[in-house]
Amino acid sequence: MSFWKKALTTAAMATALMANAAAAEDVKIAILVKALGIGFFEAAAKGAEEAAAELGDVEIIYTGPTSTTAEGQIEVINALIAQGVDAIAISANDPDAVSPALQKAMERGITVISWDSGVAKEGRLMHLNPSSSALIGNTIIKLAADHLPEGGDVAILSATSTSTNQNIWIEEATKVLPNYPGINLVATVYGDDLADKSYREAQGLIATYPDLKAIIAPTTVGILAASQAVTDAGKIGQINVTGLGLPSEMAGAVDSGATTSFAIWNPIDLGYAATMIAYNLNKGTATAEPGASIPMGRMGAAVLDENNEAAMSDPFTYDKSNIEQFKSIF
Amino acid sequence: MTAPANRLIPDRLQSPLTRALRSWEAVLVIVAIAVFVTNAFASPYFLNAWNLSDATFNFTEKAMIAFAMAMLIIAGEIDLSVASIIALVSTAMGLAIQAGAGVPLLVLIGLTSGLLCGAVNGFLVAGMGLPSIVVTIGTMSLFRGISFIVLGDQAFTGYPDGFDYFGQGYVWWVFSFELALFAVMAVVFWALLHRTNFGRAVYAIGNNATAAQFSGIRVARVRFILFLLTGLTSGIAAICLTSRLGSTRPSIATGFELEVVTMVVLGGVSILGGSGSILGVVLAAFIMGMVTFGFGLLNVPGIVMSIFLGLLLIGVIAVPRLLRGK
Repeated sequence: MSFWKKALTTAAMATALMANAAAAEDVKIAILVKALGIGFFEAAAKGAEEAAAELGDVEIIYTGPTSTTAEGQIEVINALIAQGVDAIAISANDPDAVSPALQKAMERGITVISWDSGVAKEGRLMHLNPSSSALIGNTIIKLAADHLPEGGDVAILSATSTSTNQNIWIEEATKVLPNYPGINLVATVYGDDLADKSYREAQGLIATYPDLKAIIAPTTVGILAASQAVTDAGKIGQINVTGLGLPSEMAGAVDSGATTSFAIWNPIDLGYAATMIAYNLNKGTATAEPGASIPMGRMGAAVLDENNEAAMSDPFTYDKSNIEQFKSIF
Repeated sequence: MTAPANRLIPDRLQSPLTRALRSWEAVLVIVAIAVFVTNAFASPYFLNAWNLSDATFNFTEKAMIAFAMAMLIIAGEIDLSVASIIALVSTAMGLAIQAGAGVPLLVLIGLTSGLLCGAVNGFLVAGMGLPSIVVTIGTMSLFRGISFIVLGDQAFTGYPDGFDYFGQGYVWWVFSFELALFAVMAVVFWALLHRTNFGRAVYAIGNNATAAQFSGIRVARVRFILFLLTGLTSGIAAICLTSRLGSTRPSIATGFELEVVTMVVLGGVSILGGSGSILGVVLAAFIMGMVTFGFGLLNVPGIVMSIFLGLLLIGVIAVPRLLRGK
């Protein structure tokens, strides 16, 4: 028995000593992602490391569950609380389910922000969106318009007709259409984010609208299927496919010319910006309140709206010049 | 053809102490201590009452189901629909709050809908004689599917004040309600399995259902009750988990069924039925919870954790067999 008592006391003392030592060290920022092993988040972690190197006194803990479950993330949150990290920047698997655990983290003095996939308002100080619906809506039209100096017919290939995100983006896109004279939106079709259905819908567009100049797909499944349909129909050069896509999946389409350029958030920038914000909020150099402006290093500043949400930037454009660099990342 | 080896009949049976020392539970106690001590030395944050208390949430809900699952597996059946029952029960409670139900009614709905799900499984297996693995793979999709139809990509939130106690409340100091409930259920299930006729019947069915039938045990009824129990404990777990998450989504508790079965098998319950104990399941729950938490403290990636748990599972099962020379 006395051995165990000794061992326990020693361990307890070590705990106290090491806890003190840690306090004087770096700001520990946990980048908590939906699941480990996803290229997008690995890239975000690179961005976080870049921010840490720039700030100097930051230690990044890149972590996440094995599968994308809220329960798994809560287990990780509990472990992070126990380690006494200074800040948690989370991309949540569920906006509501992780909220109680994050509230507990904040009660214990941890700075909590969400990025990419947000957390309910009471579970975080602020949320960093990679972009805003208005910026995305504008970008997808601009990408098509940039390669159509004389204007022309364009069509949208979306996910499902009930996809909240896509519907908002399309709504924003239609709002900015008058700014692009000559661009004529002829149809919006839904491929339900299924590869085969999206492919058939794209084929339908090509057949129905002989003057079609561009297909805009604000979904990674749709843009890939559309570029395949355009390639198979031998319409490369006549119809430009654009929208939101993943560099790894779109590299082939960019090479063949079916897609001139497309956009998506840059995960490196996102991880970088989230780390900068977490650091500034933790150090007290900025506060999370509506209207506040939080510095994000090279990404400028995040301006919070009434829900303490901010948009990082325009979606990042990928084309022949940078696709090689990003296709191995995500 | 070789002659059969001589069989030695021992002069006397092993003493209770020797038997206890050579039991599966003894192996688990050693593993548990090893995990605990390793964690304590590996991370300075492990030996902290509140941290350990937080860590118990990693296993309490799953362990509640594991008690009933252990009895079911001992009887030679299995229920893979438990995680989906959680999803359906949680959805039912979510619908109830939309209708303005209070906390007592929510709990009642949780328990009854869990029992109902169990009754469906029980009827199909015990009543119609279908194999449990097939039935519960079916109801696994069915129950969660209903939840998906109701909720889609939406969530139920806004559970009433007081409901958060089940998953976030503390009975005394660092002892959470979930941990207390886990302890009470461990005792209840221990008594049920090891101290009642019903428990004896469960072992009998698991060893030889036909013989049990001819011994006057009402096999179908016992099986039906066992499915009711996994349904009920899944309902209880659903109440705790929903309360802890403060919300319902159709993806709630995804993958819990395999973790529950792992816990039961690690606890020494034979997957072929006929043997096992509640104490083993309790120890396995602690081991799995402590391993998950300890690795989490060291920020070990989850996949390494899964590999370790897999090796632990194989190791704990293989080592005693090797030692016994079987």
